Amino acid sequence: MPISNLGNAVAESENIVAETAEKIFADLADAQTINHDKKGEWKAPLWQALTEAGLPLAWVPEDCGGSGASLAEGFSVLSAAGRFAVAVPLAETMLAGWLLAQAKIASPDGEMTVVPASPKDRITVNADGSLSGRARGVPFAKTAKHFAVLASDAKGSFSIALVDASKCRIEAGIGLGGDNSDTVTLDKVQPVATKPAPGGFDQPRLMLMGGVARALQIAGALESMLEISVRYSNERVAFEKKISKFQAVQHNLARLAGESAAALAAATSAADAIANATSFDDEVFLEAVAAKIRCSEAAEKGAAIAHQVHGAIGFTVEHILHRYSLRALAWRDDFGSESYWAVELGKLVCVRGADELWPLVASR
Amino acid sequence: MTAALRFDPIRLPPKCEQLRKEVRAFLAEEIAAGTFDPHKPNREDTDVPEFSRKVGERGWLGMTWPKKYGGHERSFLERYVVTEEMRVANAPTRRFFVADRQSGPVLLKYAPEHIKMEILPRICKGEICFAIGMSEPNSGSDLFAAKTRATKTDGGYLINGTKIWTSSAHIADYMIAIFRTSPPTKENRRHGLTQFLVKMKQPGIQVNPIGQITGQYEFNEVVFTDYFVPDDHVLGEIDGAWKQATSELAYERSGPERFLETYYVLTELVRAVGNNPDTRSAEGIGRLVAQVHTMRRMSVSVAGMLQAGKEPVVEASIVKDIGTIWEQQLPHRVRELSAFVEETATNRETLEKQLDFAIKTAPKLTIQGGTTEVLRGIIARGLGLR
Repeated sequence: MPISNLGNAVAESENIVAETAEKIFADLADAQTINHDKKGEWKAPLWQALTEAGLPLAWVPEDCGGSGASLAEGFSVLSAAGRFAVAVPLAETMLAGWLLAQAKIASPDGEMTVVPASPKDRITVNADGSLSGRARGVPFAKTAKHFAVLASDAKGSFSIALVDASKCRIEAGIGLGGDNSDTVTLDKVQPVATKPAPGGFDQPRLMLMGGVARALQIAGALESMLEISVRYSNERVAFEKKISKFQAVQHNLARLAGESAAALAAATSAADAIANATSFDDEVFLEAVAAKIRCSEAAEKGAAIAHQVHGAIGFTVEHILHRYSLRALAWRDDFGSESYWAVELGKLVCVRGADELWPLVASR
Repeated sequence: MTAALRFDPIRLPPKCEQLRKEVRAFLAEEIAAGTFDPHKPNREDTDVPEFSRKVGERGWLGMTWPKKYGGHERSFLERYVVTEEMRVANAPTRRFFVADRQSGPVLLKYAPEHIKMEILPRICKGEICFAIGMSEPNSGSDLFAAKTRATKTDGGYLINGTKIWTSSAHIADYMIAIFRTSPPTKENRRHGLTQFLVKMKQPGIQVNPIGQITGQYEFNEVVFTDYFVPDDHVLGEIDGAWKQATSELAYERSGPERFLETYYVLTELVRAVGNNPDTRSAEGIGRLVAQVHTMRRMSVSVAGMLQAGKEPVVEASIVKDIGTIWEQQLPHRVRELSAFVEETATNRETLEKQLDFAIKTAPKLTIQGGTTEVLRGIIARGLGLR
């Protein structure tokens, strides 16, 4: 059966990595427990367990200090992280390690994030090798010890750099999901290490890798929203019956299943496309941007239905629904929103021309 | 909740891409020869028997069926490629589409051997057209309320009653229909219906065309008066038709025809906008392309799971639910996006005509072959809500 190019051995080890992540999340990132822990005492044990399992540096080769997991294995960890709406910088550290590894820069221990995190922001390499620029909406910048930075010089050549977070100015902000989303300013910061990016590696590549990570997380969060909404509808009684027995509620949940399914299909397909890509062509671009666009659209529609099914209780801080719904909505904005990527995709489609649209869509 | 939804990232195998080239070359030849106009989506109004025979000659009908019945023992993913290329090209598939997708597989499963040997090779040659007799004047979505009677007589059954909304009945050679052989029981209201193979164009059957809002006469009322069906035309279990429609429905629900019905307006919008779109057009087109890409990935995924012998019933219903709503909304989104297209766009008139037709077609897309409401009921059952 042609499930992409995955051999059984790879598919199997992917499950083991994902299962390890699932188990850690289930033990140490239970939404109910976290929601009642006002002091954030759950964070340190969770991060320690993830680190011991080698997950934050999953995408870093062993000779660069990581655990050398495949792209596919790492993507499956992100799906699981989405299902638990994990609020530690796991995805961000994975992306940072992956970025540094592109230039064979070894990853340090501890939390990291990537700069910039928006296609609109630019970090520049100055003549003396220092870095300058401002990046908005950088997830978890405030708690990160290091940044993996993608910067370009006056000629437009890209470099990848490891930067000490304490050398940068950080204006903390809180995003829609309640997690840090900060502004990072670099003013002639000398990096810890810097190397040229490999040929063809540019900012859209980084943004799309981040975008696919967010798409997988959104799809995972939608899976959980569907599950807890179905469960709640089978428990809650109104008008003397379970609300799951009302056709209007059933149809809403069927629509939520549809949005969850669309997000899952788009994100999984994009992850598979990137994991197996030999070059970053129009077809891989379509896979990646379509995942970000469609998952973001699904987040809006899906979160609205999940809240509708829950009624007032789902609108409370005490209930866990917001952990998934608000994060899914917040993740839309990272690494380029769906509007941004839709414009880019639309331009590409128009430049290719009307008769080249179907061949692009039906390319695999 | 039952099992989690699955949409494995299935890719079409390399041999499909060779096949795709062959199908595109064939369609280009037929377009050049004037067999059909890809810009005119009036496929349903057009019966083109020669086209049907040529598709059969190419080996693209009954692709997955056993060779002894004229089939080609190829995969469902190969059939998928042929179906989507024909659909996107607006090819006149009306004559063979139902037989190839639905009727043939039912015969393969339930018809006696001599009937299979007689009819299936003719479907594969593109010679015969099938209709499906499900709805009646007072039973549509509620299939099991069907009243058209099949009364036992010597050597067969006498049929009396009326089927309605029967697509292609006016050109069909055969119909596969459900008729009432017994009353429903108290325990099971679905009991008592039997599936039959009906030979059309015979005395005792009257086909009355029904005009549609698109201006077409594609569906019909079919009146049976003491029409005789021999015993060997019973398909499957007497009174047990309700058991026979499970997994094959997944094929029917999740194919490319469930989201590409109005696709042509998107192609034409891109042509009208040109290669330097403004931000509004670019965003609108980008979103629609991301959406159709996602639909296709979902649909291919279900096809791959079916090929692997799985039964993704809920996933298939989801594909049809969101796919038909997407193709229904598409002409309206394209209409909005084309509001500021330059007067000088060379295909402006083509786009306007296509939009007119697609907007008229749109309402039926969420009704035919299982309404949105019925599909959501199936999905809800799969989620453990019913």
